Amino acid sequence: MLTTEIIVQSLASGVLMGLLYGLIAVGLALIFGLMDVVNFAHGEFLMMAMYATFGFAVFLMLDPLLAAPLVAASLFLFGALVYLAIVRFAMRARTNRGMVQIFATFGLAIVMRGLAQLLFTPDYRSIPSSWLGGKTLSVAGIFLPAPQLAGAFVAIAAFAAFYVLINRTDLGRALEATREDAGAVALVGIDRNRVFALGWGLGAALVGLAGAVMAIFFYVYPDVGASFALIAYVTVALGGFGSVFGAFAAGVIVGLVEAITAMIIPPALKQVGIYAVYLAVVFIRPRGLFGSI
Amino acid sequence: MMETSSFVERRRRELVAAVAIAAFVAALPLFIKDVYVQNILVLTLMYVALSQSWNILGGYCGQISLGHALYFGIGAYATAMLFVKFGVLPWFGMAAGGIIAALVALALGYPCFRLGGHYFVIATIVIAETGYLLLLNWDWAGAALGIDIPVRQDSWTTFQFTRSKLPYIYFALALACITWLMTWVLEDSKWGYWWRAVKDNPDAAESLGVVVFHSKMAAAAVSAFFTAVGGSFYAQFVSYIDPDSVMSFHFSLLMALPAVLGGIGTLWGPALGAIVLIPLTELTRSYVGGTGKGIDLIVYGTLVMTIALARPDGLIGIFSGRRPRGAKR
Repeated sequence: MLTTEIIVQSLASGVLMGLLYGLIAVGLALIFGLMDVVNFAHGEFLMMAMYATFGFAVFLMLDPLLAAPLVAASLFLFGALVYLAIVRFAMRARTNRGMVQIFATFGLAIVMRGLAQLLFTPDYRSIPSSWLGGKTLSVAGIFLPAPQLAGAFVAIAAFAAFYVLINRTDLGRALEATREDAGAVALVGIDRNRVFALGWGLGAALVGLAGAVMAIFFYVYPDVGASFALIAYVTVALGGFGSVFGAFAAGVIVGLVEAITAMIIPPALKQVGIYAVYLAVVFIRPRGLFGSI
Repeated sequence: MMETSSFVERRRRELVAAVAIAAFVAALPLFIKDVYVQNILVLTLMYVALSQSWNILGGYCGQISLGHALYFGIGAYATAMLFVKFGVLPWFGMAAGGIIAALVALALGYPCFRLGGHYFVIATIVIAETGYLLLLNWDWAGAALGIDIPVRQDSWTTFQFTRSKLPYIYFALALACITWLMTWVLEDSKWGYWWRAVKDNPDAAESLGVVVFHSKMAAAAVSAFFTAVGGSFYAQFVSYIDPDSVMSFHFSLLMALPAVLGGIGTLWGPALGAIVLIPLTELTRSYVGGTGKGIDLIVYGTLVMTIALARPDGLIGIFSGRRPRGAKR
């Protein structure tokens, strides 16, 4: 039976999960908004961040919460490197640019999955013990798992910091200007490649933060990114391509929809609710909830 | 613009080349007795056909679908279910699968073709994923366990051959030839020109009287029909299907990949892409994949990345780059 308590409980966990979905999607939306590239390796970035967190926890005894900044920094470097080594060349294609980008990043995703299998084996791993793992917080009769709660705080804090960075700093202005006209910024002395590399770094760092928190309460394995990646694509499109705020808000909506669907139909089908909402939205608003027409 | 005579001549040359290649492939089983290699041959030919079908909608009409696994799965499941549950022969199942897939494509195209760019691509992905999840939880259709197609007898009537792979090779070859020939005919038909116009500039096409919406619908129906026939063939070939092996997202990418790597929207691209990609995939999988160390994935991913970056026009560019010089006679 669905009691009010159960409903409130699942809605609450839906929002918590949704904030993490939002954080994952923001990284993807940033990269897309900046240069019209959909990063098909985004889920593998997440997987890599989770393994990195796992590594810090097991070998350096570092709690995931302490490791998170280190993981984000590593992912920042990795994201910038991926841009400089791969995506930069994919953007030079004169024809089929969309497909070249899709399959260049898709190829990268497959390589990363293969490397993960080679280095870490396909085994499911979980961080043996952490400060927050397994703890819950009870608020007015609702139990909130501590890791997810921390994840929600990290997501909100990271998004707030990111929002300030985009809107209030020179770096943000450079990003925005490059997004609007990548050719013209060169005239005012902005190195396009540097801005794009920074964008990829930032996008990867955001997904890195998400991965660090998720490693506390999810198994880590080579294919872990795939299912989250699809949710991230849908989230970004639902919010409207190009809108970073839209991606974050859509993340919360997706988390809620998932929780509600799981209450109504068998949980194995919970993604169907997300997909149905996406289709319903774009059939009415072909550019997503917050996308500009 | 190309002169009419040289255009007609080029098309005739293409037809001759196709006949020669088909004859060559048809003769291959005389020399290749190894079952493992024959298996790769069947899969390669099947992917030629699948990718050629994908190319109609994705390449010529420019509507990038990453959800074609839905149609492939419909073909495979329609054939297997009709045979297992109702004793209907696979040939009718194949036709039924193709028609159902085409109708589904039309029904889905009606709302989806109003979406542009990435919104359309993601819509195709989530629709196929929805189909996959429903199939995974549909007990009557075997759910996650899938369907085992029982062996009756080796014959063309039941389309089952346990002792020899030759019939499968020739059927896959026929399917590859049919999809190629269909593309060849459509290229120079009203639809072919409409599709390319829709791909290049839908607004301009509309203003010149091309019915953009109908063009997309026609391409989707044709593409879905042949993809489902391929799925139906696959079910007969492996005689066991489950949602993961016929309707997962990875499959949608595998159908698009040869066309993209070979040359999207070209007559020969999908075939060339499949001939390069499928044997390489299968060989790496069997030689280094068994270790479970993911080396096959690394090789495969590197290959995809390298071709995409080095040859944005597809591998076909290697040939067409020389053609103008060779054609000056």
